Amino acid sequence: MSNMGALPIADVLPELILLGGAVSTLVFALFTPQRVQAWAAALALGSVGATVMATVPLLQGSQRLTFAATYAVDGAALWAKLIILGVTAVTIALSVDWFARDPRHGEYYTLLLLSALGAMLLAGAADLMQITLGVLLSSATGSVLIAYHRRSRRASEAAIKYYLLGALANGAMVYGVVLMFGLAATTTLSGLLAGLDAAHSLPLVAATGLMVVGLAFKMGAVPAHAWVPDAADGAPAPVAAFITTASKVAALIVLARLVMVLPESSVGWRPLIAVIAAATMTLGNVTALWQDDVRRLLGWSAVSQTGYGLMAIVAVGRSDLAIPSLLYFLVAYACANLAAFGVVVELRGEASRQRYTGLAAGHPLLALALVASFLSFVGIPPLAGFAAKLALFGATIDAGYSWLAVVAAINTVVSLFYYARMLGPAYFGPAESEQRQEPLPTFGSWAAVSIAATATALVVFGIWAQPLFAVFRAVRLLPD
Amino acid sequence: MLTTAIVVPLLGALLVMLLPRGRERLLRMLATAVAAVPLVISARAWFLFDGAAGFDQVETVAWIPTLGAAYTVGLDGISLPLVAMTSLLFVAAIAYPVDLRGQPKAYFALFLFLESVSLGVFLALDLLLFYVFWDLSLVGMYFLIGIWGHGEPARRAALKFFLYTLAGSLALLLAVLALYLSSEPRTFDMAQLIARRPLDDGSLAASLAFAGFALGFAIKAPLVPFHTWLPPAHVDAPAPVSTILAGVLLKMGTYGFIRILLAMMPNTFQRFALPLAILAVVSIVYGALVALAQPNIKRRIAYTSVNHMGYTVLGIAAAGAVVSGHENARTLALVGATVEMVAHGLITGALFLIAGSIWQRAQTYEVGEFGGLARRAPALTGLTALAAFASLGLPGLAGFVAEFQIFIGTFALYPWLAAVGLLGIIITAALFLHLLQRVFFGELPERWSGWGDLSAVELVSLTALLLFVVAIGVAPAPLLAVIEAGVRPFIGR
Repeated sequence: MSNMGALPIADVLPELILLGGAVSTLVFALFTPQRVQAWAAALALGSVGATVMATVPLLQGSQRLTFAATYAVDGAALWAKLIILGVTAVTIALSVDWFARDPRHGEYYTLLLLSALGAMLLAGAADLMQITLGVLLSSATGSVLIAYHRRSRRASEAAIKYYLLGALANGAMVYGVVLMFGLAATTTLSGLLAGLDAAHSLPLVAATGLMVVGLAFKMGAVPAHAWVPDAADGAPAPVAAFITTASKVAALIVLARLVMVLPESSVGWRPLIAVIAAATMTLGNVTALWQDDVRRLLGWSAVSQTGYGLMAIVAVGRSDLAIPSLLYFLVAYACANLAAFGVVVELRGEASRQRYTGLAAGHPLLALALVASFLSFVGIPPLAGFAAKLALFGATIDAGYSWLAVVAAINTVVSLFYYARMLGPAYFGPAESEQRQEPLPTFGSWAAVSIAATATALVVFGIWAQPLFAVFRAVRLLPD
Repeated sequence: MLTTAIVVPLLGALLVMLLPRGRERLLRMLATAVAAVPLVISARAWFLFDGAAGFDQVETVAWIPTLGAAYTVGLDGISLPLVAMTSLLFVAAIAYPVDLRGQPKAYFALFLFLESVSLGVFLALDLLLFYVFWDLSLVGMYFLIGIWGHGEPARRAALKFFLYTLAGSLALLLAVLALYLSSEPRTFDMAQLIARRPLDDGSLAASLAFAGFALGFAIKAPLVPFHTWLPPAHVDAPAPVSTILAGVLLKMGTYGFIRILLAMMPNTFQRFALPLAILAVVSIVYGALVALAQPNIKRRIAYTSVNHMGYTVLGIAAAGAVVSGHENARTLALVGATVEMVAHGLITGALFLIAGSIWQRAQTYEVGEFGGLARRAPALTGLTALAAFASLGLPGLAGFVAEFQIFIGTFALYPWLAAVGLLGIIITAALFLHLLQRVFFGELPERWSGWGDLSAVELVSLTALLLFVVAIGVAPAPLLAVIEAGVRPFIGR
């Protein structure tokens, strides 16, 4: 592969198209008057569509490494990219009404597309430098997106927190990369797979730990999770939806790729990830218990969901359910999280739990979407979250980590408490002592359509699980 | 055809939701008609039932072949009576008039949804499908209690119910997965898991899986000490919902003990039979004693459920106490346990509907506030007395058939436990006689001088349920023949 004359451009066509889309959107935003800025959304949506069209044909090709084994074109990467693109498309739809009055409307979409590009590069990364690049691109755009409402104090605070924590975590990761490069004299994962010597256990453990911290930041896992609730609460609601979803997809996939090259005997990464998973889900759920701010609640819920997703990583290489369960979880999580944040967006960012009382009376369909989303988070059949949890629990038990499955089960019961704390009042209406409220004001149809699409997807992927499971079963995760 | 019994109520629920805001009476008639379809289908299934070993009238469709899960339904002599009882109880409960707080559409839709998934639990022959229906019954019940329950306490009761039983279901889910992962090739198919028994080797994994299943079922049944969700859920739920909760949902727990633990893990079951029997006896005596102390009619009936489900579990534990030997006693115990499920469903279902009639007229459940109602409401009094006598196990009624067989069977295996368990029957007799005497006889308080007797709909619903209670008591043979056919594979292997 090394002495190839021409670059295999076709393998990165989706990324190039998305980059082109981001640049065109920027040019459009710079040179058009304010009243037509909203068309930038259409341009961005079109670019995402074109990128999807370029990605789908790659699914038919062989699953392989490309660009001198630095970039993966395997099923896991391609499906992760499709999920990320789906998330981006929904986020664009959620943003149209939210940003309609923002004079800097156009550039927002450029940043969103670039952030999506960063996540895509991360999902496909099969090289330590490439991982670093993906993490940095999505982090840099992420902090700008969070702070997009620059007059909002909470948005600035969230962005600062994201930026500082990110700087720390990314710094740790770069140290890890350097250490690993020093040990194996290569940065490609396939090179590490062959070259990492179990004898260097101490530096290898340190390198692994540092890299895990960096990726934990991207997915919102302990110990680098602290930005998630602040971003969920302070960032513009569509950005919150995006940032708690897209980078999580990419980071979990790349973490699965990374742990595969580690020699199991000396690093003990499985117990490490298992402990992080248990800590993440428990911390997320327990902190969410008494949250009265809906957006913070969703933030903590996103943290706890990362913990469930990490269960699949624990099983990588030991259970044939690991990769299918991870991908199914990501699909289910993305749909549920976007539906839930979508409802918040549609209700104009309403964050007070108390204001959701009696929601079912005023907005029955929004309440229904919230039910679908939350019960999918809990893992109630026949929603997609159930199929995901089933596979995750199965993979974990199969890998010999039954205790983690038990911890996750207990966590699930705990999580039902705070989800029901919102759903109950939404349906059971205000108590006799409380005042009945006017229905909350909503945005228009764009957000509503995205909510309907994601909530429907939750039901469809829940009942009709076979097609996706069959596809995910055949997925490879290189350099396996 | 069995699939129709699951699908029709589901479609009915959708239809009710899509209808324009209609009159409550019409909606009730429509929902009752839809609910009657499964009743007809289970009658048909009863006539078609061949009594051969294995499952009957099986229908299967591929669902997630990649994971070895399929949509498979069918029945045997154990599930058939439960399916029939469930569909009858749903017709009576849906027809029963209660205050719907101006939300009839959602009420009937949820009720029909609950019927569909409850039948699904008893008909499912695939563990994953079983779990799906099992979990959905929680969701339906949660909203029914929360929205139409009695005020603020109902919301807490609904949440408590949901949390407790979800904890049980997750224990169940982990155990299901353990069983699934140990099968080779992996499958959720019940018939195969029963035939192959992949996880019944006395290993730690088998014990843990057993514990997971047992916890899930014990919470649902419920056995003491996992019963604490039950009294508030019953007291604060509207009467027809209590009927279904006691009559149908509790049975899912005991049915699981038989269908999964006894059938798929008999060797493991045998090792844990004694502790299970002890828990059952504790439930019998504790449930009866606490019921005796309740001044609240509905709470009292709720605790007798703990007592009666104790009888059922005692019978099941006795049937699983040894893997071979004592064939006659074990058959009696298991047949008795199954009859008890049917009998308790009908009797307690009727008692909760009666409690609902009392609430509709009085807005209170306190025993002390009543008296002398017999003069004002002879039909209510007569039917309540009949149901109460059936519940305390009077010969000639369904409860007796069940409890007699359970105790005869258990005496052969656990004589001391059976002897202690009999105390429960005496206490139950005392508490029902006390209830009848305080509510229906003596002075009629001034405020109830305008008390109205049962309406036609109430009368018909209750009579239908109690007719079967009498029929099973007088002529149990047809029911016993079906159940014995279902029990045979468990005993003679």
